[in-house]
Amino acid sequence: MTVTSDTPSTASAVDGVWEALRTVRDPELDTDVVSLDFVASASVSDDGVAHVRLRLPTYFCAPNFAFLMVADAWDAVSQVPGLTDVDVELLDHFASEAINSGVAARAGFVSSMAGSAVGEAVDELHDLRRSFTERAMLAGTDLVVRPLVRAGTTPEALVTMTLGDAPPSDDLPRLRARRRELGIPAGDDAPLVVDAVGRAVGIDDLPLHLRKARSYQVGVDANTSICRGQLAARYGL
Amino acid sequence: MYEKDGEKYFIVDSHMHFWDASPENWVEGAEQYAKGWIECFHAYQGLGPAETHQPIEEFQKVSEEQLMREEFEEGHVDVAIFQSTYLREWYKKGFNTTEQNGYLAEKYPGKFIVNTRFDPRDGDAGMREFEENVRKYGSIGAKLYTAEWNGDSRGYKLTDPEAYRFLERAQELGIKNVHVHKGPTIWPLDKDAFDVSDVDHAATDFQGLNFIVEHVGLPRIEDFCFMATQEPNVYAGLSVVVGGLMHARPRFFAKVMGELLFWVGEDKMTFGSDYNIWEPKWQVEGLVDWTMPESDEFADYPRLGVDGKKKILGLNAAKLYGIEVPAECQISPESSAPASPDDAELVEDRSVAQA
Repeated sequence: MTVTSDTPSTASAVDGVWEALRTVRDPELDTDVVSLDFVASASVSDDGVAHVRLRLPTYFCAPNFAFLMVADAWDAVSQVPGLTDVDVELLDHFASEAINSGVAARAGFVSSMAGSAVGEAVDELHDLRRSFTERAMLAGTDLVVRPLVRAGTTPEALVTMTLGDAPPSDDLPRLRARRRELGIPAGDDAPLVVDAVGRAVGIDDLPLHLRKARSYQVGVDANTSICRGQLAARYGL
Repeated sequence: MYEKDGEKYFIVDSHMHFWDASPENWVEGAEQYAKGWIECFHAYQGLGPAETHQPIEEFQKVSEEQLMREEFEEGHVDVAIFQSTYLREWYKKGFNTTEQNGYLAEKYPGKFIVNTRFDPRDGDAGMREFEENVRKYGSIGAKLYTAEWNGDSRGYKLTDPEAYRFLERAQELGIKNVHVHKGPTIWPLDKDAFDVSDVDHAATDFQGLNFIVEHVGLPRIEDFCFMATQEPNVYAGLSVVVGGLMHARPRFFAKVMGELLFWVGEDKMTFGSDYNIWEPKWQVEGLVDWTMPESDEFADYPRLGVDGKKKILGLNAAKLYGIEVPAECQISPESSAPASPDDAELVEDRSVAQA
């Protein structure tokens, strides 16, 4: 990774850029692009322009998720104070050209892909993002609730518990954050186990709900490990 | 056959290829896709043991001798099932066509089963080609690549009317097993290539066909599991699961196996090496040696015993394809108690398969 820090002001801007990139997630893996090593480089040139280069595990990674990450990176980095402009590019991807120019022109996914060499898109990505945030919320429920189950908390107790009753862990604030993104209450008095639209899960539905939440979590884990392995193989990390 | 601790395992590699991805076979103007595709595959190989990694030039096209050695001599495989994948948009002669695979099958009788393929977007001409291939190679299986590019199209669904026309014809022609690629590497632009709901519908509507979901819908394994548990004629094809996770990420491998054993069950899981991405040798030996870890995290997953491993490594696929299994490799009746006895025999008429 290259970091340009010629002057004190660009140095702090570079820190700001990295910080901003930590808020950008791969929606499928529910992990930020910095932790995933998807940021090939981030720098701020003397004229105050932030340059970010993103890379993905394979040439054929999903263009829809790639588009979301490039667009989110653009939005996040644009918030960093002291920059004159932002330049984000996705490297080494079959749809790089369409995605990069589309995001730079602030176009949506459909118009970015229109007329591109790699094909047309039919839908914008709001629903896709929502559906993956729901998955992330369910997977996060597994991480927060399974330790409780293992420690002997009964199903009867679980359905009466609130988020405030859950023991502190790194997973708890993440779960709250995903719930807020979905518009689901995430305060201390909100029910601990809710479905994708925010309804408290009752005792009859609880076992299957938690079993599925666990499957989601395993899916995210397996996927993440394959993506990390491929990125490492591709870039010799 | 593989023998370990006095147990004999009949090995069916139910998902493998004999591909040509060498630069000579790249379509002019589509070189970046042909190259990107095989490089993706090559990165997958990186998830296997280091001593099995190949340089890209070798990986692009293995020789016949190498394939025969790595599958049968070293790889313990008794019968290997070719899954034809065309990708003609990128590879001039196709990536791994029925003809390429059929050539080896004819040369080494009894070693291979040749699955053909169809693409509903190819219309009547595609239908004739499919019929011809079924006839010529005696195929009872077909591989479907719903995310394959074709002209302007970046993918199709099994529920498209044209796809149903082909599935109906496939059933009439005696096809028993449809292997659907639902897994990583190519993506249509916005249809989710791994969405398995189309398999769900097709499996309900075509009870005479078995649907083997290759790569178990990774990265959407949970959707696949929830669907497979409702459809008795849906199977989990383990290609990529074993090759991509068992060595590189053993704990995640254990969890994925745990999920599959829980939702789908050992009677409906089939081993596939995905050769030439990975050699079967280390996968077969590793799976035979594998046990579910004994920590709390894995406590509520089903265990996999010797019988279950025999089923996954060969007996399940042998049943699907009517392959004769030597008595010494069979599971003794008294030890065999399938989790769901109604599962495996759903497609009743296997006489064609055995013909």
